[in-house]
Amino acid sequence: MNSSARAPLFRGGIPVLLVISAWEMAARFHLIPGGIFFPPFSTVVLELKQMLFSGLLLPNFISSLGRVAAGFAGGSVAGIFVGVCMGWSRRLHRWCHPLVSLLYPIPALGWLPVLMLWIGVNEMLPIAIIFICSFFPILYNTIAGIRQVPSELIDAARMLGASDRTVLRQVVIPLALPNIFTGLKLEAGMAWKVVIAAEMVAIPTGIGALMMQAENLVRVDIILVCLMLLSVMSLLFEKFFCFLEEKTTGGWR
Amino acid sequence: MPAIELSGISNGVLRNVSLSVRDGECLVLAGATGAGKTTLLNVIAGLVAYRGTVCFGDTAVDGLPPAQRKVGYLFQSFALFPHMRVRDNIAFGLQACGAEPARIRQRVDGLLQMLNIRHLETRYPKFLSGGEKQRVALARTLAPCPKILLLDEPFNSLDPRTADCLRLELKNLQRQLGLTAVYVTHDQQEAFEMGACIAVVDHGRIEQVGSPSEILFTPRTKAVSALFGSATLLKCDHIEALNFGLGKAWCGSLSLIVPCEGKPVKKIAVMPSGVQISKYPIETPAPNRFKGIIREIFKKPPVVTVAIQIAETRLTAELPEHIWYETGLGITDSVHVEIPLAGIRILTDVGPE
Repeated sequence: MNSSARAPLFRGGIPVLLVISAWEMAARFHLIPGGIFFPPFSTVVLELKQMLFSGLLLPNFISSLGRVAAGFAGGSVAGIFVGVCMGWSRRLHRWCHPLVSLLYPIPALGWLPVLMLWIGVNEMLPIAIIFICSFFPILYNTIAGIRQVPSELIDAARMLGASDRTVLRQVVIPLALPNIFTGLKLEAGMAWKVVIAAEMVAIPTGIGALMMQAENLVRVDIILVCLMLLSVMSLLFEKFFCFLEEKTTGGWR
Repeated sequence: MPAIELSGISNGVLRNVSLSVRDGECLVLAGATGAGKTTLLNVIAGLVAYRGTVCFGDTAVDGLPPAQRKVGYLFQSFALFPHMRVRDNIAFGLQACGAEPARIRQRVDGLLQMLNIRHLETRYPKFLSGGEKQRVALARTLAPCPKILLLDEPFNSLDPRTADCLRLELKNLQRQLGLTAVYVTHDQQEAFEMGACIAVVDHGRIEQVGSPSEILFTPRTKAVSALFGSATLLKCDHIEALNFGLGKAWCGSLSLIVPCEGKPVKKIAVMPSGVQISKYPIETPAPNRFKGIIREIFKKPPVVTVAIQIAETRLTAELPEHIWYETGLGITDSVHVEIPLAGIRILTDVGPE
């Protein structure tokens, strides 16, 4: 990495360091009332280390990660598949669009009570909620991406002898990728937020459940460790899709 | 037998259009914006719905989708696939037709060589200039060896110098490869340069089909006259052959150096867009320089049309608005006029020029 590429990273790190320093000082010097609920950053880091070595964090983290991975992968694949079909076929779009428009506004967590009754309180519950949470936005972005491909490019491909399948596979889907990635990046973070919420409300394992237990024990440091982990994981997921997007579309965009 | 035959073509834009293009000929579809030229091209390509019959040779192709008509289409916006490198763009049609990899490689190499774009093969379209994009688009269109080539104002977005070069190249290629071409343009100068035959389209109808000379010197309808009739027509009294395919023509009080192949010349047309005017004399040597007086000025953005009196002859010049303001000329001003050979068309006694 050259110095010019390092500069923005360094500049972006300064505000983070400033906030952490302010946090540490405010907690150490009791600048905020109710200091017991506001541990210093260094204490949170020590707690993180403690949780790692005691085996408290890892099983819960792996539970949440597995749920997010399964739900998000399922929701994304289904969203992209249905989105490609609806974007490509005007007839299918006319048929399905009203139904999708009716279901899309319902928040993912709104499904929780009914899913608890339908599926029961088990591993499938958070996976199903994350599936719903990911499916609709990715579906919308995919439809938009497919329909935004200039008709002249489709005509050009057809004039060159390409079948509908070839046009879709080699022209339309690659050109819709930027939109699809926008949906994936947005929903990658959202999946983590939803799994935490679901685990806090209904599931006895995972990061969300751990936060609820910590709240009962008034362990703010554990809650802050969980929040930091949530933030880092959302960021990592988003960056992963940024990397994939750059790899697949960076050369020609 | 004509290579393309259209009979009774109608749709929302076109009204009972019948037209035929001979094998190996370049037909120019000329007309104002919105006249229906591109729609007619799309009908031949099978990209829009229509009533009537389209035949390629003796085969009706109405039931065939665009992919099976085996027609090359060069779009106004180039329509290069932005996610494919130049080589992949050119190879696309061959791959789509299931050609073998060795043949694809050989054909693409040949086209890269022929159109002088070998150095661009690994670039994405966003890194190409307008002229380069046009060459790549042409290579891609020619790759599956179409017998019919459709060109929709292909040089519209290029600067005039690049467009001139590419137009000449395209014309040579079309002749070399023996392609039947239909070329859409709204520019009369371009129409005259490209086509042995011009079809004038207006409001979805074919107004006239003929050689450039027929269209220019004997327009049959008002629409044709409006599109091509702004040229100054001069009756040629006498012509004296000079060297290098030129002749000196006397037209009333005016004598002009004109392109001449030794045939008797009946009429001479001076294209308004070819006439150059200046407030001051131009120092470099060139034929056809005169001094005149500006009699009338018609401003019709983006162009200004100027009527100039040279002795007893009245000449029309047309120039872009911003250039007109730069000349600093006004009505009754004395003006120096130059008529380059490219702005002159001749009608010979024995047929088209």
